[in-house]
Amino acid sequence: MSVSVTIESIEKRFDAFAALRGVSLDIQPAELVALLGPSGSGKTTLLRLIAGLEQADQGRVLFGETDMRDLSLRDRRIGFVFQHYALFRTMTVGENVAFGLKSRPRGQRPDDAEIRKRVGDLLELVQLPGLDKRYPSQLSGGQRQRVALARALAIEPRVLLLDEPFGALDARVRKDLRAWLRDLHRRTGHTTVFVTHDQEEALELADRVAILNDGRIEQVGSADDVYDHPATPFVCEFLGEVNKLPVKVVGSQAFFGDRPVLGGLSQNQGGQAALYVRPQHLRIVDDLPLALPGVVEHLRRNGPLRRAEVAVQGLAKRLDVDLASQVAPAIGEHIRLRITHGSLFAAA
Amino acid sequence: MAAATSVWRQPSILPGFGIALGITLSALSLIVLVPLAALALKAASAGPADILAVATSPRTVAALRLSFLGALFAACVNAVFGMILAWVLVRYEFPGRRFIDAAVDLPFALPTAVAGIALTAIYAPNGWVGSLLAPYGIKVAYTPLGVMVALIFVGLPFVVRTVQPVLQEMQADVEEAAALLGAGRWRTIFTVILPPIYPALLTGFVLAFARAVGEYGSVIFIAGNVPMVSEIAPLLIVIRLEQFDYAGAAVVAMLMLLISFALILFVNLIQARARRRFGDV
Repeated sequence: MSVSVTIESIEKRFDAFAALRGVSLDIQPAELVALLGPSGSGKTTLLRLIAGLEQADQGRVLFGETDMRDLSLRDRRIGFVFQHYALFRTMTVGENVAFGLKSRPRGQRPDDAEIRKRVGDLLELVQLPGLDKRYPSQLSGGQRQRVALARALAIEPRVLLLDEPFGALDARVRKDLRAWLRDLHRRTGHTTVFVTHDQEEALELADRVAILNDGRIEQVGSADDVYDHPATPFVCEFLGEVNKLPVKVVGSQAFFGDRPVLGGLSQNQGGQAALYVRPQHLRIVDDLPLALPGVVEHLRRNGPLRRAEVAVQGLAKRLDVDLASQVAPAIGEHIRLRITHGSLFAAA
Repeated sequence: MAAATSVWRQPSILPGFGIALGITLSALSLIVLVPLAALALKAASAGPADILAVATSPRTVAALRLSFLGALFAACVNAVFGMILAWVLVRYEFPGRRFIDAAVDLPFALPTAVAGIALTAIYAPNGWVGSLLAPYGIKVAYTPLGVMVALIFVGLPFVVRTVQPVLQEMQADVEEAAALLGAGRWRTIFTVILPPIYPALLTGFVLAFARAVGEYGSVIFIAGNVPMVSEIAPLLIVIRLEQFDYAGAAVVAMLMLLISFALILFVNLIQARARRRFGDV
C-alpha cells in the first residue's frame, strides 16, 4: 500500500527568496523520514511540495513510478497532518474522521454503516474510543492532534506527511505522542515524512533524518550516522552542543597551538581546520599524552548530567565538559582533558 | 449585602458591577425603552377598534409588506454578494484592493438622501443604467425594484464588515486539509468554509435587514411612493404625521417594532445555539 517517494532536484522560489535550491531525496516504502532544520530552512516548503500544496519551479516528485503532477489531489491519497491540526470545528470528531471517506465519488464511497465502523476503528487506533460525538473545541491539544491523524489515516493514504506534528504541544505530551507515533508507524507501515525543528525528536523517531539548511539538504542518514559522523559543521552544531577548537593538522595528528590533541586521523589534507567536539567526548584524565590542560571555572547541572566549564589558554570560549563520574573536580582545579572523538572540518 | 446580590452576580474580581449595570440600564431606559414605551402608549390611546382598522387597512398592509419583504430580499442579496466581496478582499491580492475595501464603507458615510438621488439619476429610464434596462421593459426607478436597489445599497457594508474578520481569522490550512482529503471545490465551500462563517453572516444579515427596514431617506427618492405599490412603511408613518394622525402613525410604528423585534430575537436565538455547540477553536 505504501509507496516510495522520489524527490528530484527541486527548486522553489518565493519572489526573491529561494526556499529550496536543488533538493533531492529518495524515501523508501514504509520508511519514516524526518526533515530537520531551523525555521526558514525550507523543510515545511518541501513537505508541502510533496503534498502538492505548492508547485515546484523545477524538478519533480515521484510516487513510485508516477509523476505526482499526473495525479489529482484526491488520487494522490496523501494523509497530511497540519501543525495546528486544521480540524473542521463545526463537525464532530466522528464527522471529521469520516470526511475523507464521504468525499469519495459515489461509486467508491463506502456505505454509512461501513464508514461508521471505520471511524470507530480509527478512533480506537488513535486511543480516543467513544469521542466521536465531541466537537474539536472540547478536546485537549494532544487529543486534537490524534484526531487529525485519524482523519488523515481514514483515506488509506499512500504517504503520510506530518508538519511539526507536536510543535504546539507541551513537553510531556510530546514525549508520550512520540513513542506512540513510532509504535503506530510500526503497526501501519505508511511511508511517513515529518517535519520538525527539534533534533531530539528527529533522532529518536526517524529511520533516517534529512537535515536542511538554507534550502539545501546538508546530510541524510540514520540517527547514528548524522550524529556521530556529521558531514558539515552546520549538521554538527545543529544536532547538539559542541565545542569548537581551531587546530592545525600535520600528518595524522591535530595540534592545538603546539600541543597534539587528537591522533589517528585518516584525513590527509593537512593545514588549518576546526575540530568539533561534543561535551561527552571530553574526558578528564591523569597525566597522559594528547591532553589539553585547563582550569575548571564553573560547574552546573544539565538534566541527569553534571557539566564543567573549563577555560583553556588560547581559547576565548570555555569548553563544556560532561562529567562521567560522580566525583566532580572543584572550581579552580587544574585538570587535563582528552578528546575521545571529534569531527574535523576544513577551516572556512 | 453579598447574599442580597448573589442572585444577580457571579463572584468576580472585576469591580464596578453595580455601577456598570446602573449606567447601562439608565442609558438604555432614557434612549431606548422610555421612547418606545411612549410610542406604545400613544398607539394604545387610539382604542382597539381604531388600531385594528389602521392595522388591517390595505394601504398599511401593503406598505408593511413592501418594507419587510423588500428588506428581507435586500438582506439576502447582501448576504450573498457581501460574502463574496469579503472573500475576495480577504483572500486575494490585486491592484485596487485597498480602494475597494475603503469604498465598501461609503454607504455608511453618505447622507442617505444623496444616495437616493444618485441612485435615482442612474436608474431612471433616461439614466446610465436605466436607459440600458428600458429596452427590455425593466423599470427600476419609481417601482418596488427601485426600493430594493436602495435597500441593497445601504445594507451592503454590514455583511462585508461582519464576515471579513471571521474569514481573515480562518486558516487556509482547513481548506487545504479538505482538498487533500479528496473534497471537491463545492463540497469544501459548503461543508468546510461556510459553516464557521454562518454566525457572522447571520449577524451581518440581521444588521442589513434591520437597517433596510428602517431606511427612509434613500428610498423615498427612488421609490416614486405610489400608495399600495411602492410606498414603504416609514414613509406611511411620516404621511400620517403630516396629517396630524399621531395615533395612526404610532400604530404603524408599533407594528414595525413588533415584527422587527420578533425577527431579530429569533435570529439571536439561532446564533446563541450555534455558539454553544461549536465554541471557539
